[in-house]
Amino acid sequence: MIRKVRQHINQNEPLVFENSSPGKRGYQLPPLDVPAVDAASALGAKNTREQIEGFPEVSEVEAIRHFTRLSTHNYAIDLGLYPLGSCTMKYNPRVNEQVARIDGLAWGHPYQPESLSQGILEVMGTLERILAEITGMDAVTLQPAAGAHGEFTGILLIRALLESRGNPRKKLLIPDSAHGTNPATAITAGYAVENIKSNDRGMVDIEQLARLVDEDVAALMITNPNTLGVFEENINRIAEILHAKGAMVYMDGANMNALVGIARPGDFGVDVMHLNLHKTFSTPHGGGGPGSGPVAVKKALEPFLPTPRLARAGDQWKWNYDLPQSIGRVRAFYGNIGMHIRALAYIMAHGGAGLRNATMDAVLNANYIRTLVAPYYDLPLNAPSMHECVFSDQRQAKRGVRTGDIAKRLIDYGFHPYTVSFPMIVHGAMMIEPTETESKAELDLFVDALISIAKEVEDDPELVLKAPHNTRTSRVDEVTAARRPIVRWKPRSVASQAAD
Amino acid sequence: MYPANFRYTKEHEWVRVEGDTGVVGITDHAQKELGDIVYVDLPKVGTRIEQGKTLGSVESVKAVSDIYAPVSGEIIEVNDALATAPEKLNEDPHGAAWLVKIKLSAPEETKQLLSAGDYQSYVGAEEAGH
Amino acid sequence: MLSAIGVKSLEDLFSHLPPEVRLGRPLDVAPGKSEYEIVDYFRARGDENANGYASFLGAGVYHHYRPVLVDTVVSRGEFLTSYTPYQAEIAQGTLTTIFEFQTMICQLTGMEVANASMYDGSTAVPEAAMMAMRVTGRDRILVSRTVHPEYREVLATYAQHQGMPVAEFGYQRDAGSLDMADLEKQIDGETAAVIIQSPNFFGIVEDVRRAAEIAHSHGALLVVVFAEAVSLGLLEPPRDADIVAGELQSFAISPSYGGPFAGIIATKEKFMRQMPGRIVGETKDSRGNRAFCLTLATREQHIRREKATSNICTNQALIALMATVFMTVYGKEGLRELAEQNLSKAHYLASQLPLRFSGPFFNEFVATTNGRSPEQVNQALLDQKIIGGLPLKRFYPELDNSMLLCATETSKREKLDAMAEVFGR
Repeated sequence: MIRKVRQHINQNEPLVFENSSPGKRGYQLPPLDVPAVDAASALGAKNTREQIEGFPEVSEVEAIRHFTRLSTHNYAIDLGLYPLGSCTMKYNPRVNEQVARIDGLAWGHPYQPESLSQGILEVMGTLERILAEITGMDAVTLQPAAGAHGEFTGILLIRALLESRGNPRKKLLIPDSAHGTNPATAITAGYAVENIKSNDRGMVDIEQLARLVDEDVAALMITNPNTLGVFEENINRIAEILHAKGAMVYMDGANMNALVGIARPGDFGVDVMHLNLHKTFSTPHGGGGPGSGPVAVKKALEPFLPTPRLARAGDQWKWNYDLPQSIGRVRAFYGNIGMHIRALAYIMAHGGAGLRNATMDAVLNANYIRTLVAPYYDLPLNAPSMHECVFSDQRQAKRGVRTGDIAKRLIDYGFHPYTVSFPMIVHGAMMIEPTETESKAELDLFVDALISIAKEVEDDPELVLKAPHNTRTSRVDEVTAARRPIVRWKPRSVASQAAD
Repeated sequence: MYPANFRYTKEHEWVRVEGDTGVVGITDHAQKELGDIVYVDLPKVGTRIEQGKTLGSVESVKAVSDIYAPVSGEIIEVNDALATAPEKLNEDPHGAAWLVKIKLSAPEETKQLLSAGDYQSYVGAEEAGH
Repeated sequence: MLSAIGVKSLEDLFSHLPPEVRLGRPLDVAPGKSEYEIVDYFRARGDENANGYASFLGAGVYHHYRPVLVDTVVSRGEFLTSYTPYQAEIAQGTLTTIFEFQTMICQLTGMEVANASMYDGSTAVPEAAMMAMRVTGRDRILVSRTVHPEYREVLATYAQHQGMPVAEFGYQRDAGSLDMADLEKQIDGETAAVIIQSPNFFGIVEDVRRAAEIAHSHGALLVVVFAEAVSLGLLEPPRDADIVAGELQSFAISPSYGGPFAGIIATKEKFMRQMPGRIVGETKDSRGNRAFCLTLATREQHIRREKATSNICTNQALIALMATVFMTVYGKEGLRELAEQNLSKAHYLASQLPLRFSGPFFNEFVATTNGRSPEQVNQALLDQKIIGGLPLKRFYPELDNSMLLCATETSKREKLDAMAEVFGR
């Protein structure tokens, strides 16, 4: 039985271009208080355009209705559980939004005098200190714009340190359970990739690792807990193996929501790692960004951090550009400050004990789901789960129903699906991360939905295969989208001419 | 199912020899494994390729697979129709959806390839192993 | 819940962790605070920054008015708290707005396809350079010294381990625009891309067509960068470019001391499959209704892993949405009028100051501080609660006694006059 949702009126909405009428406008500028300058004479006629062909022309009320109607076509955390594994979809506190919009913070210019930026710099300095404490590392840069950008930064740091020791080395070891960004990052930083197979408990195979680590290996890129939600119990041994050969340990911090206040990567041999403020520290995902990917390092890597670095001079903060060993800039200015503000607000609201409680609740919620769902779905690994658990569709596949179908049917029950088909080492993976946000009531509804779907797969697999049934948009044809890509709107006359 | 006058690779390509030319494609088994094919990336005419090396790739919505050259030689023709109609690879992989024609530089290479019967049993074993 | 799981305490859930990895003490983070205290803390931090100052800083970050609608729309939880729209059936809101965004970026830049956004303008530049490498099969990059200096620093960081040599070519010392002769001298058959910015870092509108002719005659691509998106309300779009890489901060994104912003890459249709980042495409659902979904995903890291076009994972969806609302609200007439106001204000200010360069400029220009250092002028301005311009010596040693100034629609005439008065002393 579907208890969480029932259908309600949901309005259609054309594209804004199809709604446009010539001359309509949604703005009013103040009258110009200086003499008007003729564009063609100031810039040259060949440098100026007549008009922006096809640009929107709608009134203010049409604009607000347009975007509000479209917003109702989205699912969101504000509507309920969003159990995407490895994405940490937790509640985004609204106070974070409010403080990030405070004038003196939101409207500060990156080149304004440092003496007039002390408040922003204090926020950044405080966040750097706290992130170092949470990770057990010695220094932090807030410059990287996202997790993958942090990975890139971290690997460049490793390369720079090894180079300063005489040999940057050739390759990175990456477990087969890793996020796709890891191998893509390795290539961007000029390293070859060697995959490590996971053992039957979903962990790095120590013996294989020991065989693979040699003088050509720059680092191991490890996610801990890994993408199966399993803590690498031999992490200290893993770090020893790498360090013994002069190689480093890079940790992808995507799953830090399982560790904050419980264990610190800096205490288990990690040399450099990134954090995802949009995962662990509650900054909103916003439909796919902006993120922020601070990088934390041990002392040996500190001289190589991106330029500039935040520094103290007497009682003032300042930017230090005198960093001869720095890898350089990874982006303009100093990072996604708006996200830093939100993350610090989240940390302040929780405090040290609250952060630890959040971690425990996240792990509790994942294990609760795991326990109640396990009788109905195949659990490919029996290692203990941390903040997420991974099932497989093995039983349902016998009825022709795959993980992607079960995911779509969950939508009918009022839930966003789990992560589908990842990690790739589990065939038909269903990866569930509830986070600490959810109450028992919401978790119970979700568990009931999964159990109910398991029964539907037995009784009426077609029902699941054709899902979702209750959404305004039914199953979307991704094949045609990829075969004949239409990636922009064109006026009907132009579009039909092109088709002729 | 698998034409007797083709030779096959364990990577699921086929080649049909016509004089000094090899017509190359992917097998029916390969297209089934890939699912709906949405894009085919092929080399330019004039490219020299070596047996066993990457010839191009085929893409489904969520996967990319390399195509390996079953024979060495120079590309003399590319099946341009696949650029706008990649679905032909799902519909007629052994016929209209051939990929490239190669002027063979080492015709004896085809002897190392599988016969239709051998390929059939190879694929059968692979399917049973799932 | 504990009994359902079969454990006695929360601690038991962590009993499998090796004792030596456990943190045996509380985190050294102050106890949790109430909402009121948090707001209070950040208000106090905000008060420590420049408040109530008029500013003439530009240089890649612009102070434009943000229509109220922008914040209203992005504050909706359905946009704010959703993930990347992988499940198209319940993400049509985000997908539709990204499709509109891609369309507007094409209309704005004169390109045929655009991605769903990049981190920012500075990181879009190396992504464009790497894309040009893939398209041309060459590896050398020629970048103009009039491209934003920090963008060039980012390009250098990315290039160092990619086998991508980067060389710079100069600008005309009188006009402040591209030195085409230097470009012709340095370009060769190994050059994958020529990268220019227009309006350039000095605010000057470049001759994109001429740069394109030179690049194309050597088989290289032309990458055109923009940092001030409002200029495209008035300027001829860079239609002769092969790739456009830009920064959208000007479109309702608050300066936020440098981020988050949103970058874009737009290009010709024939290069679409070499473009990095997410792309939304139009299709139909099983009932035949128009629908949108992420497409061409096989270029991306989560499928292609080490063979991906880029390691980029996130885009800047919410920031791109802000820009989309901004473009919708201003629209065809509004963006032009906005650009005209910027042009007029900057030219009004410039007419009262000694200019360093003679080239045509939009809303930024370089002024010389005769007899005084830019720092001295800025200090005198600060006394009047005015933040002056960016001294250029830091980036261009040859441009001492020069500062980069910007005026926008938010620069009031009285402040423009006060600025000119202090400058002229």
